[in-house]
Amino acid sequence: MTALISLSGINKTYASYHALRDVSLDIGAGEFFSLLGPSGCGKTTLLRTIAGFETPETGHLRIDGRDMLRVPANKRPTNMVFQSYAIFPHLSVAENVGFGLRRSGDNRAEKAARIDEALGMVGLSGYGDRAAHALSGGQRQRVALARALILKPKVLLLDEPLSALDKKMREQMQSELRRLQRQVGITFVLVTHDQEEALIMSDRIAVMFEGAIAQVDTPQGIYRAPRSQQVAAFIGMMNFLPGTVRSDGGQLLADIAGLGTIPLPGDLAATARLGAAQFGLRPESLSIMFGSDPLPTGLFSDGTVAERAYYGDMTYYDIDLPGGASPVTCSMKNLLSRPVLEPGSAVRVAWEPGALSLFQDV
Amino acid sequence: MAKDGQAGESRTGLLLVAPPLVYAVALLAGPMAMILLFSFWTQDFLDIDTTLTLNNYREAFRDPIYRELMGRSVWIAGVVTAVTVVLAFPVAYFISFHVAPRRKALWIFLVTIPFWTSYLVRVFLWKVILGFNGVLNTSLMGLGVIEEPLTVILYNLNAVVITLAHAYAPFAILPIFVALERIDRSLLEAARDLGDSALRAFWRVTLPLAMPGVVAASLIVFIPTIGDYVTPRLVGGPGGLMIANMIQTQFLRLDNAPMGATLAVLAMLSVGAIALVFVLLNRRFLKGRG
Amino acid sequence: MRGLRVYTLVYLLFLYAPILLLPVFAFNASTVIAFPLAGFTTEWFTELATIPALHTAVLTSLKIAGVVAVVSTLLGICAARAAARYRFPGKAGIMGLIMLPLILPEIIVAVALLVVFLQVGLPLTSLTVILGHVLICTPFCVAILNGAFQSLDPALEEAAVDLGETGWGAFRLIILPLVMPGIIASLLIAFTISMDEFIVAFFVSGSDATLPVYLWGQLRFPQRLPAVMALGTILVAASVLLLTLAELARRRGVRRRGGQDTGGFL
Repeated sequence: MTALISLSGINKTYASYHALRDVSLDIGAGEFFSLLGPSGCGKTTLLRTIAGFETPETGHLRIDGRDMLRVPANKRPTNMVFQSYAIFPHLSVAENVGFGLRRSGDNRAEKAARIDEALGMVGLSGYGDRAAHALSGGQRQRVALARALILKPKVLLLDEPLSALDKKMREQMQSELRRLQRQVGITFVLVTHDQEEALIMSDRIAVMFEGAIAQVDTPQGIYRAPRSQQVAAFIGMMNFLPGTVRSDGGQLLADIAGLGTIPLPGDLAATARLGAAQFGLRPESLSIMFGSDPLPTGLFSDGTVAERAYYGDMTYYDIDLPGGASPVTCSMKNLLSRPVLEPGSAVRVAWEPGALSLFQDV
Repeated sequence: MAKDGQAGESRTGLLLVAPPLVYAVALLAGPMAMILLFSFWTQDFLDIDTTLTLNNYREAFRDPIYRELMGRSVWIAGVVTAVTVVLAFPVAYFISFHVAPRRKALWIFLVTIPFWTSYLVRVFLWKVILGFNGVLNTSLMGLGVIEEPLTVILYNLNAVVITLAHAYAPFAILPIFVALERIDRSLLEAARDLGDSALRAFWRVTLPLAMPGVVAASLIVFIPTIGDYVTPRLVGGPGGLMIANMIQTQFLRLDNAPMGATLAVLAMLSVGAIALVFVLLNRRFLKGRG
Repeated sequence: MRGLRVYTLVYLLFLYAPILLLPVFAFNASTVIAFPLAGFTTEWFTELATIPALHTAVLTSLKIAGVVAVVSTLLGICAARAAARYRFPGKAGIMGLIMLPLILPEIIVAVALLVVFLQVGLPLTSLTVILGHVLICTPFCVAILNGAFQSLDPALEEAAVDLGETGWGAFRLIILPLVMPGIIASLLIAFTISMDEFIVAFFVSGSDATLPVYLWGQLRFPQRLPAVMALGTILVAASVLLLTLAELARRRGVRRRGGQDTGGFL
């Protein structure tokens, strides 16, 4: 992978607040890259640094090999879709989309053709004469997209572009953004606080906490092998079970509250240290055994249903395990053959040791 | 437009605000400082004695006429403020709660229009309305309500109060209206839902939440009123004169600028002190509600 | 809430009483300003045309108000833009000082200016009135323009820069068109205030009497009062016209920015 955007050692502070801490990151050409984190984690500041709206105190930023920190925002090969969309309210849709062409040197006809093409790309053909302030939320977003893409930037920056839309519209725009990105082949950098959105859309994700990057990986990498408990808790749902790692005759064993003692799986054993640990297990890695199910291949424990939440396609059960510190959550697909269990039901839970995560944060 | 962070932002901001700031310093802060300096000088026939002294202040406190004018100004301003705010509140309430949202701007506009029309002419018209042969007296006599013209309504404090309450009406209505507009309507529904009558909900929810607007209205009426010159001069008669008239007399008639400056400083001080009390009361009031 | 509506209407009558009576006496064929009315005449209006001192005063006021409107709106743009867009040290204090004349008793402003002008040796002319009026009008301009600048999404400007415009280009193509109605409202309001202002002009106009100063002189002569009524009628009509234009401009601005109308000036 050749890095299109290369950030190194970026630091940014506001008065007493450290917004970006020593951020280094490479984003490849043609990637759909997401900056994911809770609000205030610095992801928007990082995006605005790439756009040229924030100047970091230290560090380097290169886009396509060119040093960018001294280049003003209007000269950078980046364009942005703002969180508020920033549609110019006094201009028509076409004037908004064509705003950046003012300095392009194209003649009138060429501009009109490019505007039509851009509008067509986002599914707004024929909307050119509409007044900007008369558009719906989804339409405004499409105009913002067309306006940014018409200049064929090397990088398109998207600052929480879907957060103002309702759920249905958001889902529709997610797939449309993916399609658009594949079609134009431009590098997209998306800022979002919605982990599901990041998982669905991205080639790679950078998870950020408190101004620093915690982990950069593919969606599967981040979901399956979160590098810290913080990342694991932020992406999806995970049970954290206290335990210890100990050595017995040269073999590493794990004592896990509620699940018992097992030999530590090989991939975890490579990095494990002796002593206290937290073991992570995703709800889908635990399953309740119903009479009709085949016998489990992994390990199992017996417990009692404490609480359940019915989601239609899934049911989430909180299960008390003897010796467990707190109930573990387990998600089950609702098959016709499976009853929805009531709290108090005795159940047997099967789980895969291979799905365990191990956290020994200092 | 890559600015160098906050230093750049501060610099641009200061540069931009510099012209109005320099103007205000040169023509407001400077002159006010000058007035303060003047108040420590004394008039020596045609010359000004520039030795610093408290003589003017001593005289201002000793001479009963200054004391009386100052006291009367504060009193009139207080009464005008109370009357104006009390009369204005229902109007602001009506516009905020009982006018359709898209017509509110029109109503506010209607309320503000009289304020923008020639102040002199408006005050003078009150003299015409309230005068011995004025509109009010002739109408009331024509209707047979009174036999003889009322004399209690012109050339005295009542006339001053009525006229000023009229002049500063929009100043009172606007802040109260803004405060009322900010009240989340669901709070009132919550109060009703919890068993309050409409009146009790008004008393326990609307009024306390409108208080900042009422305080702002009071200040914004009180401060300019205390220094009003035209109204006492035109409708106040000898018993209705206020401190501004004396300041003007000192400057333009008696050529005693230092004494005039002293009275101006004292007027400012009383305004400042009373305003401070108001602000503190308001803060305490707000704190009391968390 | 019938009672409240009736009260509000009575209150409006109280507010408008002087303005409504003005034309009544302006067209009344009697030199005494009192009821009963004596008949209809336009004599007082035609009399206005024959007073040279009045014409001089009107011209002086128009000239002053024109300059004041432009200068205080320019100062107002600087202050409102700085307040809306930038953080800088001492911001609250600086804005407070600029807005202070809004609530200061006018007599204080007037005597302070008089003292300084005399000390500096500046002769009292139209120039000194302009200096005073700009001081008084600027806060009103700032208040009006603040509404226009504050309601602008800062991302609009960034979007323009992001799309290749320079800072000045973004200001000219985006900010200026969006605040233009506010600027027009500010010009009209400053003009109206300056035309009407009496106290400061009374102290620092010297021999260049403005219209209100001229008017003040006439109030002492009972035989001049009908003409004063006629003049007042014209002034009020002009003010209402200017204000209506200002309000329409302001509303257009709100609509253009696609916002919700939340009330009038201030």
